[in-house]
Amino acid sequence: MDLNLDAPHSMGTTIIGVTYNGGVVLGADSRTSTGMYVANRASDKITQLTDNVYVCRSGSAADSQVVSDYVRYFLHQHTIQLGQPATVKVSANLIRMLAYNNKNMLQTGLIVGGWDKYEGGKIYGIPLGGTVVEQPFAIGGSGSSYLYGFFDQAWKENMTKEEAEQLVVKAVSLAIARDGASGGVVRTVIINSEGVTRNFYPGDKLQLWHEELEPQNSLLDILNAAGPEPMAM
Amino acid sequence: MTFTIPIDNGDSVKTAEADSQRTLYPYVTGTSIVAIKYKDGVLMASDMGGSYGSTLRYKNIERMKAIGKHSLLGASGEISDFQEILRYLDELVLNDNMWDDGNSLGPKEVHNYLTRVMYNRRNKFNPLWNTLVLGGVKNGESYLGMVSMIGVSFEDNHVATGFGNHLARPILRDEWRADLSFEDGVKLLEKCMRVLLYRDRSAINKLQIAKITEEGVTVSQPYSLKTFWEFKAFNNPTAGAEGSW
Repeated sequence: MDLNLDAPHSMGTTIIGVTYNGGVVLGADSRTSTGMYVANRASDKITQLTDNVYVCRSGSAADSQVVSDYVRYFLHQHTIQLGQPATVKVSANLIRMLAYNNKNMLQTGLIVGGWDKYEGGKIYGIPLGGTVVEQPFAIGGSGSSYLYGFFDQAWKENMTKEEAEQLVVKAVSLAIARDGASGGVVRTVIINSEGVTRNFYPGDKLQLWHEELEPQNSLLDILNAAGPEPMAM
Repeated sequence: MTFTIPIDNGDSVKTAEADSQRTLYPYVTGTSIVAIKYKDGVLMASDMGGSYGSTLRYKNIERMKAIGKHSLLGASGEISDFQEILRYLDELVLNDNMWDDGNSLGPKEVHNYLTRVMYNRRNKFNPLWNTLVLGGVKNGESYLGMVSMIGVSFEDNHVATGFGNHLARPILRDEWRADLSFEDGVKLLEKCMRVLLYRDRSAINKLQIAKITEEGVTVSQPYSLKTFWEFKAFNNPTAGAEGSW
């Protein structure tokens, strides 16, 4: 692993976790790439750890999968032993344990989000290296570079569930527009005291941004819809 | 430190020894810490930034933490390693309290412990990528020291890490006195932090100042410093010399 010391490796994907008044909303794109090829255009990067805690995965698909598999296994045992649902903090700390102690080998940035009865909705960011940072919202993956300014301006405390989800969908959609390593659909997972809701926003249903055009079936439709001389300048 | 991953391939369970760790690279880093002894104890200042390469990614990281009753640890460098050091120190303090013998770890002891940890990690080519500043007051005596990631350790009346070495130290050498009041000490630290804000790319304008006295440790709320840009020379610097900077 020969990395440039100054600029940490940016990772394919856009992942987001946002707290709102009552829970959290997790969001991600759905593109998995092998070099320039899109290996999976409909991946699910928001992975369940427990009934009430999910994790957004970015970076190496293999590394993030194996880390989340281990933590799901540990949390399952922990829940049995504890006799009640695991907390988001414990989940985040287990991820941190693996991420920190294997920092030389792992290349994955994760966002842990969930709801528990003690602290409500919480988001923990765990970037490369294994630092844990509890945040009101977190962004990660290569697409997140394009979202720092957006969130600086658009983020507000105490949003409603609808506002939070709309913010997440808008943000992932904006990142997809500019980041080649992000694409496909926007998936969201909402976690609160009532439970978990999964949502799916296909690429063609998202808002259009700068220099993007309304999708058509064919040029022929445009030509037929327009009046005479449609190919004239 | 090695981490074993059990592999079960059906007929036998093998353990794969993870790659023995060698020198790493920092990912999320904190910038300078500046600290001075003053009349009643020690003052320490740091900003709340966690940089990710050149991105100012995290803006709410507390890089100074109280250790036991008498000490304050400030860290620059890799934040995950700082978090790990805090875990080690938690255990140290816990064991110290368990003795329940009326004694408590002072800054000298904590500094010594950290020095051993940092130096031994350096010898194994697996450093904790931090420069640590340890300040404290016990039995009326003020203490201020620092340890680097290669185990270089010393005490002084004023210390600074990272960019602070180059920008803050000269100011402190010029203006530090043993009998600084709290107000003068804070002003001196703020002078250093302002220069760092102007000249350190990884500095952010959100800082905390911590005070350790015989009474204990307090870390201030986060706040921002005013900056000055109204020099006439800043206004139109390239007039008459287009293309210069």
